[in-house]
Amino acid sequence: MAADRAPIPSEVRAAAIFLAPGLLVIGLFFLLPIGASVLLSLTDFDIYALGDSGNVRLVGLRNFTRLVQDPLFWISMRNTFYFVFVGGPLTLGVALGAALLLTSRLARWKGLFRTIFFAPYVTTLVAVAIVFRYLYHPRFGGLNRVLDFLGISPIDWLGDPRWAMPAIILLAVWKNFGYAMILFIAGLQAIPESLYEAARLDGAGSLQVFRKITLPMLAPTLLFLGIMTTIGYFQFFAEPYVMTGGGGPLNATLSTGLLMYKQGFRWWNMGYAATIAVVLGLVIFAFSALQFRIERRRNA
Amino acid sequence: MRRPAATFLLHLVLLVGAAAALAPLVWMVSASLMPTGEANSFPPRFFPSRATLLHYRELFTRLNLGRAFASSFIVATATTLVSLLFNSMAGYAFAKLRFPGRDRLFGGLLAAMVIPAPIAMLPLFLLLRSLGLVNSYAGVVLPAAATILGVFLIRQFARGIPDDFIDAARLEGAGELQIYRKIVLPLLRPVLTTLGVVTFLATWNDFIWPLIVLTDERRYTLPVALASLVGEHVQDTELMMAGSVLTVMPVLLLFLGLQKQYIEGITLGGVKE
Repeated sequence: MAADRAPIPSEVRAAAIFLAPGLLVIGLFFLLPIGASVLLSLTDFDIYALGDSGNVRLVGLRNFTRLVQDPLFWISMRNTFYFVFVGGPLTLGVALGAALLLTSRLARWKGLFRTIFFAPYVTTLVAVAIVFRYLYHPRFGGLNRVLDFLGISPIDWLGDPRWAMPAIILLAVWKNFGYAMILFIAGLQAIPESLYEAARLDGAGSLQVFRKITLPMLAPTLLFLGIMTTIGYFQFFAEPYVMTGGGGPLNATLSTGLLMYKQGFRWWNMGYAATIAVVLGLVIFAFSALQFRIERRRNA
Repeated sequence: MRRPAATFLLHLVLLVGAAAALAPLVWMVSASLMPTGEANSFPPRFFPSRATLLHYRELFTRLNLGRAFASSFIVATATTLVSLLFNSMAGYAFAKLRFPGRDRLFGGLLAAMVIPAPIAMLPLFLLLRSLGLVNSYAGVVLPAAATILGVFLIRQFARGIPDDFIDAARLEGAGELQIYRKIVLPLLRPVLTTLGVVTFLATWNDFIWPLIVLTDERRYTLPVALASLVGEHVQDTELMMAGSVLTVMPVLLLFLGLQKQYIEGITLGGVKE
């Protein structure tokens, strides 16, 4: 193996040159700001500090105590958890359903259906959020028209605090399930046919086959998608920004990401916004780690 | 269930699903062609009574969305090209060049991949501000000019390049830069195409970072311009739909043209060991 050889000076020099631009960008624009975020969260950095950095003071954990007492923060957390833990499973559920249908031996035009289901995923979130905003219009929107056809009375999707989150979740499911579907299809196709045949010979029903073979074999894909979806959904921002005028009605769609943006870039409370960012990051990290542990314990 | 019945039911579900997936996009195009006010009629209509390009004309003349289109194109193209260069250089070095501490450095990078990016946003803005890069395209492009995931994907692919190719070139007296340009880059072409499509689409669709960095309306990318437009023109449904079409169509067409490479790209990202 090449790795056993002693390094050649010219090669080490070349490596340094090749690595420099990439590592510089990642270090300067990603790793450094992450460390700085923690520092920033310990200061009172605000609009005055933006003008003159002499106005920054270390305030210890004061931002964190303020955060715990900030009702808006808790509302935003509740909304964010709602989005993650209702929207996430729904997205993956629809995706798995679509993947199962499209890997069925009975299905035809698989490629075409796959492309159609996947198309929403490549669209621009801001643009389709605006489209949905009109589709959700209580009087002129297409969705209530369809519901009317099914005999359901109109819903004020984005105006009613109870319905605004479901409306945003519906958009997220529509837009994102195609991505998970593609990975599920890849996972399903990797399951050896012989496993299914053996199960069928043993007289297992299709529900049993699904529970005893399909799901366990999909576990790695499920874990990966679970983590990716959790990470992505915890950061949701553009939907309420564009659809509900920044978190309305009555803060029913105010996400933690949006609260961070408002505190930091609209009101320039950057110290406090960094605190929100750090806490949100820790929450995301904790839930990713949790999913890893559950999966590891299941394997043990 | 009997087979024909099952087949029928399966396709019925698939068709309803396809209709649900496509309806919002088809309506977007359809409403963008409606005469002013028709999208706000009751009962709502799905197709225009007569098609007009009026709103597209207004987008490009009065509202100057052509400029936002150009901004989006510049930012997405620059990010794609620069990140392909930087990621491929680093990925190749991690895969093929021998230097002390290589595996530890790479392992450290991978570990950092689990850190959610938004944590970095506030200090990153302050950093770019002190570098005078706020409100410039460079402020949008530079932070994305290299990504850990990109370096990782290229490294995985570059490990498949036989060492003999590189060693033989060295024996013939080729310089390291020459080897990278003449041998490595051509062999990396499949993964570069794949990563390139994914990066272009992601950058084109990106919202929060350009929203933060680009403060001057004249530099807005399409998603930022669209979000600001909906504030003033929320009543002009047809106009907003034309703007949405203008934003979505380029990436949708790019995806349809390079579907194989794109799907490969996102599955590659998905099967990280």
